[in-house]
Amino acid sequence: MARISLRVVALGYLLFLLVLPVGVIVFRTFENGVGAVIDALTTESALHAFQVTLYVAIPAVIANTIFGVGVAILLVRHRFRGRRLLDALVDLPLAVSPVVVGLALILVYGRFEPIGGWLADRGIDMIFSIPGMVMATIFVSLPLVVRAIAPVLEEIGVEQEQAAWTLGATSWQAFRRVTIPAIKWALAYGMVLSLARSLGEYGAVAVVSGRLVDQTQTMTLFVEERFQNFDQQAAYAAAFVLAVIAVISLLAINLLRPKEGSS
Amino acid sequence: MIRAQNVSKNFGTFAALTDVSVDIPPGSLTALLGPSGGGKSTLLRIIAGLETPDTGTIEIGGADSTRVSPQRRNVGFVFQHYAAFKHMTVAENVAFGLSIRKRPKAEIAKRVTELLELVHLEQFSQRYPAQLSGGQRQRMALARALAVEPQVLLLDEPFGALDAQVRKELRAWLRRLHDEVNVTTVFVTHDQEEAMEVADSIVVMAEGQVKQVGTPDELYERPASDFVMSFLGPVTTLHGRLVRPHDLLLTAEPGDGAVPAVVERVVRLGFEVRVDATVAGEPIWAQVTRYRARLLDLKSGDTVYVRELDRVDAVSTSSRESSARSA
Amino acid sequence: MATASEDSAVAIAAPPASPTARHRPNIGLGLGIGTATLYLSLIVLIPLSAVVLRAFEDGWSGFWASITAPEAAAALKLTVLISILVAAINLVMGTLIAWVLVRDSFRGKAVVEMLIDLPFALPTIVAGLVLLSLYGPNSPLHVNLAYSRIGVLVALLFVTLPFVVRTVQPVLYELDPQMEEAAASLGAGKATTFRRIILPSLLPAMLSGTALAFARSISEFGSTVLISGNLPFQTQVAAVNIFGQIESDNITGAAAVSTVLLVVALAALLLLDALRKWGTHRG
Repeated sequence: MARISLRVVALGYLLFLLVLPVGVIVFRTFENGVGAVIDALTTESALHAFQVTLYVAIPAVIANTIFGVGVAILLVRHRFRGRRLLDALVDLPLAVSPVVVGLALILVYGRFEPIGGWLADRGIDMIFSIPGMVMATIFVSLPLVVRAIAPVLEEIGVEQEQAAWTLGATSWQAFRRVTIPAIKWALAYGMVLSLARSLGEYGAVAVVSGRLVDQTQTMTLFVEERFQNFDQQAAYAAAFVLAVIAVISLLAINLLRPKEGSS
Repeated sequence: MIRAQNVSKNFGTFAALTDVSVDIPPGSLTALLGPSGGGKSTLLRIIAGLETPDTGTIEIGGADSTRVSPQRRNVGFVFQHYAAFKHMTVAENVAFGLSIRKRPKAEIAKRVTELLELVHLEQFSQRYPAQLSGGQRQRMALARALAVEPQVLLLDEPFGALDAQVRKELRAWLRRLHDEVNVTTVFVTHDQEEAMEVADSIVVMAEGQVKQVGTPDELYERPASDFVMSFLGPVTTLHGRLVRPHDLLLTAEPGDGAVPAVVERVVRLGFEVRVDATVAGEPIWAQVTRYRARLLDLKSGDTVYVRELDRVDAVSTSSRESSARSA
Repeated sequence: MATASEDSAVAIAAPPASPTARHRPNIGLGLGIGTATLYLSLIVLIPLSAVVLRAFEDGWSGFWASITAPEAAAALKLTVLISILVAAINLVMGTLIAWVLVRDSFRGKAVVEMLIDLPFALPTIVAGLVLLSLYGPNSPLHVNLAYSRIGVLVALLFVTLPFVVRTVQPVLYELDPQMEEAAASLGAGKATTFRRIILPSLLPAMLSGTALAFARSISEFGSTVLISGNLPFQTQVAAVNIFGQIESDNITGAAAVSTVLLVVALAALLLLDALRKWGTHRG
């Protein structure tokens, strides 16, 4: 009895909060037929937004993967002064609102700020352009890869690597041939999480990009801008594409998620 | 072959090793024996280069190896929990050291087959470690370590993670393997039975120091301290001294310095009989043969006379018993 | 030491040539720490410090003036209060959902299990759009939450859904069923067992998840932007207020409100850390 009512309450909550809203988007998007959707997605602005999204997300994921692997190894395999501080700092981005991220980056890398000015003199514009957006995206997805692989690194322990050393492998060889293969699924999991987050970032890039249409507009910014300009068809079409990507990421994340308990 | 001199190692405030010096002859099979936390694994890992000593030196094959990295020491190391490369097949595991050295494929394949035959794992060469039993994984780990013909083979509680039965089998197997391959081998164990059964020579370590070094017989019969004596075999107390329970002679009549003891319990344990008694209120236990126990016909509450056997007794007792039988 | 088949044996035995005899990782370690610190400084630490510095550009009085400015103050108050409500609702519903996912079984549970993570994967602006289409002016359910605080609440509940569920689930899985069996054998009913045996074990995880949900809720931007209409004093949350101030070039004001958000979120996460320690203490 209690079990059924608990189930009903839980599923009901999820239905109205999660399932129906996401279901509605399918209807709204295809209200005017598939043709309209395709048209909306193939305008120059839409295609450009898609391109910008990739230019921003992919470097961010690569940067955070390299950083993530390096920091995870530092945190798990070594002891040094300030390790706990580093550990806490890695999680810091989780506490920061996206718009604050944008503001923070503008204050340092804007044209009229010391570092930003120095870069601008050398022809590198951070704010209102792709590099700044990449930085903002790196910021928000910083902890994801680290946190995905650190527990696995911890769990497999250092012995396999030590065994490799005694057999003559250098640190790099041991890393490449023993460590990476051992964490590959957790690494893939972290990268998918990071990619999903990077593709979906809105607030931080909204601030940093200046939201210049056809120049610094990502897919998420495109959705909002089209909506505010009463182009619902385009907004929903782009939102639909993003939702499909989200669902695919979900599937990948669930397949790759490190299993509870070890083999 | 291996010479550790004045090695000390601290982990924070914990002194794992204090001024340890050990000499391991080439071709020998040596056990580092002692209770947990005694420093044996630390010493082994220092020999392997997986830890650096705070003070002291390590010489391997006559060369000072104290600061040499583990990859350049050419020591084989076998871990308690196998440290198998889970994502590689058994064959790839064994081949690892050789492929690091960039040996030609054909040579590697030949050597891997050789080693797998040595450890009787030929039919598992394409399996993954997860598909093997603990004992099989450890044999694979041994093959892997031996593949590169190390000058020294080090094993850290190699059978600690295995079932009792498998442990006994692999123990004997390690001894036979050593006799065949003849590489200087050092293994760490806290199981004195294992050390006694397998090793040529035993280094007893506790509290970060070497307590005694010798052959199993030497350590058992001429222990240098009460600690070594109680660690290596059963002990009981008589006249405030430690004695071996099977070195106690129980007689029905007093004489020859025997003291009276009141029997508390008599327990038959297969071949032997354990007699729990008290001497002037202090507990003591003796181990006698069933034959002797039957002779004495002891029951709880009986008085019996106890003294320690010495050499002379041993000779005369056995000659008396054998002449009694032949008569 | 050399064996009979000398050449191949010696060749095999010789360790691989490597340029560095030492394997001591100290140089590599120093380099690694240095690089990580540099990366973090350039991307996270220096920018965040710049925000705080800018907030105090006109000293404490300037800072105070910025955050007590009517719109900003209203936005902050709304944000904190509504986030407390969001946290409370999540505490209950999140635990309930986790319970159903762990203890119950029904057709399609695997799908539901997967859906829980959707708010993590879905862009916030898309979340805002879908909620608006279901609960806005053209709602097929004839429920119009646009321009209302309830709309904002729903948006925040959406994005914070996974937090409590995902922190409680692992703990529920690990619960020793024998504890509950012991309680039953001693006469405890289901409700009592839950209250006195299970709940105490779950509490640290529940509170951790709630702290995470709270921190996320006060920071939220994208999902509230569409459904709330951003009416100042009514439905404007702190993040939206900050955005508006940036657009109006009122950078100091934006920095001030940002600093408040940062402090509150950090406090929540410190609490989270303390809760985790409390949780592991009790085993």
